Amino acid sequence: MKSARVAVTGLGAVSPLGLTADEMWAGLCAGRCGIHRISTFDPTGLACELAGEVPEYRIQDHVPKTHRKAVKLMCRDIEMAVIAAQEAVVSSGLVTKGVDPEHVNVDPTRVAINMGAGMISCDIVELAPAVAASMTDGRFDIRKWGKDGLQLITPLWLLKYLPNMLACHISIIHDIQGPSNSIACAEVSAYLAIGEAAQVLARGDSDIALAGGAEAKVNPLLLVRQHLLKRMTPACADRPEAACRPFDADARGSVFGEGAGVVVLENLEHARSRGARILAELMGVGQSHNINAAYERLEPDGKGLQIAIEQAIADAEIDPDELDLVIPHGTGVPEDDRAEARAIAAALGPAVRRVPVWPTKSMISTTGAACGALDLIAAVRATAEGVVPAARNFEKPAQGCDLNVATETRWGKIRHALCCGYTHGGQTAALVVKHFDEGDDRR
Amino acid sequence: MRTPKTYERVVITGMGIVSPLGNTVETFWEAVLAGRSSADRTTIFDASTFPTTFAAEVKGYNLAKFVRDTRLHKTCSRGSGFAAGAAAQACRQAGIDVETAELHDGIDRARMGIYLGAGEGSLDHDAFFASIIAGWEAQEQRMVWPQLLASALRQMSATRELEQEPNMAAGHIAALTGARGPARSCLTACAASTQAVGEAMMLIRWGRADVMIAGGAHSMIHPLGITGFNRLTALSTRNDSPQTASRPFCGSRDGFLIGEGAAILVLESLRSAKKRGANILAELIGYGSSSDAFRVTDMHEEARGPVQAMRAALADAGLTCKDIDYINAHGTSTQENDSIETLAIKTVFGERARQVAVSSTKSMLGHLIGAAGAAELIACVLAIRDNVAPPTINLTDPDPKLDLDYVPNAARRMPLNTAMNESFGFGGQNNVVIVRRFTT
Repeated sequence: MKSARVAVTGLGAVSPLGLTADEMWAGLCAGRCGIHRISTFDPTGLACELAGEVPEYRIQDHVPKTHRKAVKLMCRDIEMAVIAAQEAVVSSGLVTKGVDPEHVNVDPTRVAINMGAGMISCDIVELAPAVAASMTDGRFDIRKWGKDGLQLITPLWLLKYLPNMLACHISIIHDIQGPSNSIACAEVSAYLAIGEAAQVLARGDSDIALAGGAEAKVNPLLLVRQHLLKRMTPACADRPEAACRPFDADARGSVFGEGAGVVVLENLEHARSRGARILAELMGVGQSHNINAAYERLEPDGKGLQIAIEQAIADAEIDPDELDLVIPHGTGVPEDDRAEARAIAAALGPAVRRVPVWPTKSMISTTGAACGALDLIAAVRATAEGVVPAARNFEKPAQGCDLNVATETRWGKIRHALCCGYTHGGQTAALVVKHFDEGDDRR
Repeated sequence: MRTPKTYERVVITGMGIVSPLGNTVETFWEAVLAGRSSADRTTIFDASTFPTTFAAEVKGYNLAKFVRDTRLHKTCSRGSGFAAGAAAQACRQAGIDVETAELHDGIDRARMGIYLGAGEGSLDHDAFFASIIAGWEAQEQRMVWPQLLASALRQMSATRELEQEPNMAAGHIAALTGARGPARSCLTACAASTQAVGEAMMLIRWGRADVMIAGGAHSMIHPLGITGFNRLTALSTRNDSPQTASRPFCGSRDGFLIGEGAAILVLESLRSAKKRGANILAELIGYGSSSDAFRVTDMHEEARGPVQAMRAALADAGLTCKDIDYINAHGTSTQENDSIETLAIKTVFGERARQVAVSSTKSMLGHLIGAAGAAELIACVLAIRDNVAPPTINLTDPDPKLDLDYVPNAARRMPLNTAMNESFGFGGQNNVVIVRRFTT
């Protein structure tokens, strides 16, 4: 059997801090905040009128010629995922059909894909004329819809919004014919997708996998949902850059945003044999479930998250003492942050006093199914470069959050980094990545 | 990433279903063997003016029959409610304690996980359409967002919104069972629950869990769901004869019959099942997944993806096509799927293609979308138990180009030890699992 070791060899990120992983990382290191008042629609009426919006792009610039026609079948989630995947593949040095069809250097049947996706909300403006044509006495009339309104919907409408279409478009562009999955577990989707992709590689079903997640959360109805669930911060309308404050005493809720992150995972021997640049090694995957009658909150003791973190550490065959960074989910919702802090403290034991905790959502916002991918990318960059940047908007710890939140930038080797997440509904996950040293053949 | 020294064999120890053909495994199976169609006029909403006016709906379902404390599931979506009932059935059959903190089943909850291929819940359509109307300035053809937001915030409810998320069905099962092991939910369209079962099997085989509650749940019988499929012209429009509308492999097939439901299986390591003395229903031995990587709208003309998934599942099981007695086809009753699937079977099975029994239970059950694969896997397990291949009903005017043995119109008694279950999703996700009679 081939070695079960999994290397990270490519990164791609679309975030409120920029359209590339480099821009995101530079922004995170500089403590830049990508949160502003929503510009794509008038958000007046929402508890929080702020969001993390991705800078403007033209999707045509990011797809090969052969796929240009298909961009009309892409919702925003798909577009961002496609952009991130392109960057990830190019940065890995792999040559797929989507990079250069003349010089492909991968076996398409040995490449897998696994994308986390949100419950994609349809474009309301696209639907509105059909709804308007289906009214009787000012109210929606289903019989008119079935007869007239429905006919105004573009024939391929449904295909724009199926969660598996992120993976579908990426697999067509890059000719990925191996195992394909799409995880739909809200904010923990990307971790679950990346964890599963690593398991697909470890069991030898593929040599390479593209994995990550994307979601366009800056959508009126998706934000209505967060408003109703009381997860939005009502504070700081005039100071967007101070609004999202994970683990801080003044936190009042989260700010939502959009983004996409994709990583290239690769069997370590495969990566070595082609002389790839290895950014980190994915060492451990842990998963569990939160059990709470209030589905929209993490259980108060964080037990389900604690189990996931413990399992990831055990899977990596390390002690908590060998961690030098934790990137938490840290949304800025006070009850959830408190429960997460308990989970991290319980899982890390005494090491929690030393290990720096660095939340990123104060800068990139809560990006739904993209969250985990963006945080894993940050963890990989941090281990590769040996730096824990300073947390933003953390001044005074919230009561019950006894974590060593990084208040200033620290340089030094990061042996292992752990990142973790959870979602309403209850799934939890954690991943451990290791700084990769050439010639490292511990096992 | 830790790797195991030995791989665990994976067996099925419980099954539960909520379906258009019945809300228990035995009523479902009785209807399949009788070749009954579940199609009828759509009653969930007024579909009388839609291009398709019929569906395969779950009827007479009462969660309280399966779950003692229904309060936790009060506001759940249709699909999640089905999932809870199907999971409760499956766990009881497997001897797993549900709805109690006092556990006597000997299963460590940290080693018991959940993997569903579950669909999103239906939108709150009334509030959704009303809010669009509230915000739309028809004269200027533009949306006044604050008006839409005010209407939505007034009319939508937090729990109902939350329950639309596709991962909620797994959340309800966790609440029932206390499962704390690996938990995932995938949504690879029509192939989702086969994928969920396959990946769950892998988690057990690789020692990451002892027990997985796996399967699917979905209902797309709602205005926007039917709109989407009707616009794709994927649904049959045989409105004058719903019961004959789903006619897989038939020359006059014109689209699928949409269904809904949940199907859940308890997968368990053989070691755990033996230790508990659980009754073993069958062994899950192979899984293959692939993607077409071809077009968003069409399947690959040479069935490249389905062929790769079938071959991968056979290789994973250590079998050749000679070992397969029965194929439960994806068999949607669309022109494209049934032709391409037949080609895929011919490509993989070669000369043996005409000897293997192939049938589509969707001819009776309809297409349960995300839940389809798991429901069909339950049919495979029962087919092995009873040595009988389910029929493809409505196969009255065969398509001359499709010439396999589709078990037309009546169930067939035959020795049946190994079955292959195929699921292919829109967008080119293909998943195949293989199940076999359990022998030590």
